[in-house]
Amino acid sequence: MSKLFTRRRFLIGGTLGASALTLSGCDLLDQNADVANVLRSAEHLTLKAQRLLQGRDALAREFDEKDISPSFRVNGTIAPDSDEYVELAEGNFSAWRLKIDGLVERPREFSLADLKALPARTQITRHDCVEGWSAIGKWTGVPLASLLRLTGLKATARYVVLHCADELEKTLDGSGRYYESIDLIDAVHPQTILAYQMNGQDLSVGHGAPLRLRVERQLGYKQAKYIMRIELVDSFAGLWGGNGGYWEDRGYEWYAGI
Amino acid sequence: MPQMKDVEMSANASNDNVQYPRTIFIRRHSVVTRLTHWLNVLCLSFLLLSGLQIFNAHPELYWGHFGADGDPAVLTIGSDDDAGFPSGFLRVAGLQIPTTGVLGVSNVDGEPTARAFPSWATIPSFQDLAAGRRWHFFFAWLFVINGILYLGFSLLSGHFKRDLAPKVNELSPRHLGREVLDHARLRFPEGEEARHYNALQKLTYLAVIVILLPLMVLTGLTMSPGVDAALPALVDVFGGRQSARTIHFITASALVIFVIVHVAMVVLSGTWNNIRSMITGRYAIQEKGPKS
Repeated sequence: MSKLFTRRRFLIGGTLGASALTLSGCDLLDQNADVANVLRSAEHLTLKAQRLLQGRDALAREFDEKDISPSFRVNGTIAPDSDEYVELAEGNFSAWRLKIDGLVERPREFSLADLKALPARTQITRHDCVEGWSAIGKWTGVPLASLLRLTGLKATARYVVLHCADELEKTLDGSGRYYESIDLIDAVHPQTILAYQMNGQDLSVGHGAPLRLRVERQLGYKQAKYIMRIELVDSFAGLWGGNGGYWEDRGYEWYAGI
Repeated sequence: MPQMKDVEMSANASNDNVQYPRTIFIRRHSVVTRLTHWLNVLCLSFLLLSGLQIFNAHPELYWGHFGADGDPAVLTIGSDDDAGFPSGFLRVAGLQIPTTGVLGVSNVDGEPTARAFPSWATIPSFQDLAAGRRWHFFFAWLFVINGILYLGFSLLSGHFKRDLAPKVNELSPRHLGREVLDHARLRFPEGEEARHYNALQKLTYLAVIVILLPLMVLTGLTMSPGVDAALPALVDVFGGRQSARTIHFITASALVIFVIVHVAMVVLSGTWNNIRSMITGRYAIQEKGPKS
């Protein structure tokens, strides 16, 4: 009986103690680099599993005009405030050029008119923010794959990096500049477009004028706005925080299919 | 055993020298059931607390394919700031309930702060969506792998058929009615009857195993734009990503209620005996006598 009693006390005490430890210890665990790496291993599993399920070309659902959200929330930067961007916006982006360089065969620049002259794709899709909300909008733009066909890719190119005009966080070294990256599977996906129109109108500044990315099988933070330059790289390790994107450098997953 | 209810004993000591009532031990839970049960406890604890962290990033629920600020919400946890006096509220289907101190506004380092769920209910305790997602997805994978192991084992070993499938006579309204009454009076099965789950236990566990937990996984997957592209039928089943998010929240709430009742039942029907049986597998029952 007494032996039992101590064992019982030990177990109950242990259980209560462990749960208290879990609660207060979580913040400590959360800040531990090894723990963070173990937790991050799930991201790789998610990417592999989703790519296996999707195959290359599974399409995100396309909706009808009647499904479009009555209001589409503006998120992230509302209006980039650099002198360069303000000047471009005042000139209705006629002086804006999209540069494509890095590991391409033929680096090129495109004006907005050049892009609009290329065959366009229009899609009504659901935009899913990492915070949890969704909005449905109609996007028109050039498939990224068509531009990459024009520039050609060097054999070592693995990622498409989108450099943006907005600075979401003011920093001395410029690391608050927005950027994103996707791999070539997503880059040549038929629904991956560089959109210059939303709901039938030229992109507003709030939604990323003059050009934003739509990569429809991933979350909102991958849909980079205010694109200025597209760079093909073999690795994004040397860029800013080295994680392949503004939010990625701040702890979010590079693969945002979940 | 202190927790076992005393049996109205009719100590008919018969031929042999065994004294009745006596305590015997049976093997209640297999090692796979025990391991997967505790792994499940671990996973669901982390999933709940990190899930509340994720919810806090946008504490509104909607129905249908889309939903964001400005769209009609079915549930909102929010706060008002009335001249420096913040107050929290929960609004469900037009009904607003003041919840200051717990939901909407709660203390962070002694300061009333606007946050949907309080810091003691989230992982990490401070607002950090990226970290919440890391914890959530890691334990979601562990939970799914653990669940597949349990389901596979339970089907192959006959655990479902033997222990969880209710017998036809157990489903009669009279039988169920009697069990509900017994539970309400906190009279739990004894002797021979305690060797098996009762019908309410079987039905509840089955509901959790084959309805609630799979619903958590499926609605969770439906929130993933990547999975939606691969399995578009999922979105249709739940009526849209935002509906799936709402069902995810409701199902999680149902699981929390289940756990509260489950733990209460464990305590009321013999804390130590129940916990031991889920750790070592040994479960004590009182035998009234040889054949009765």
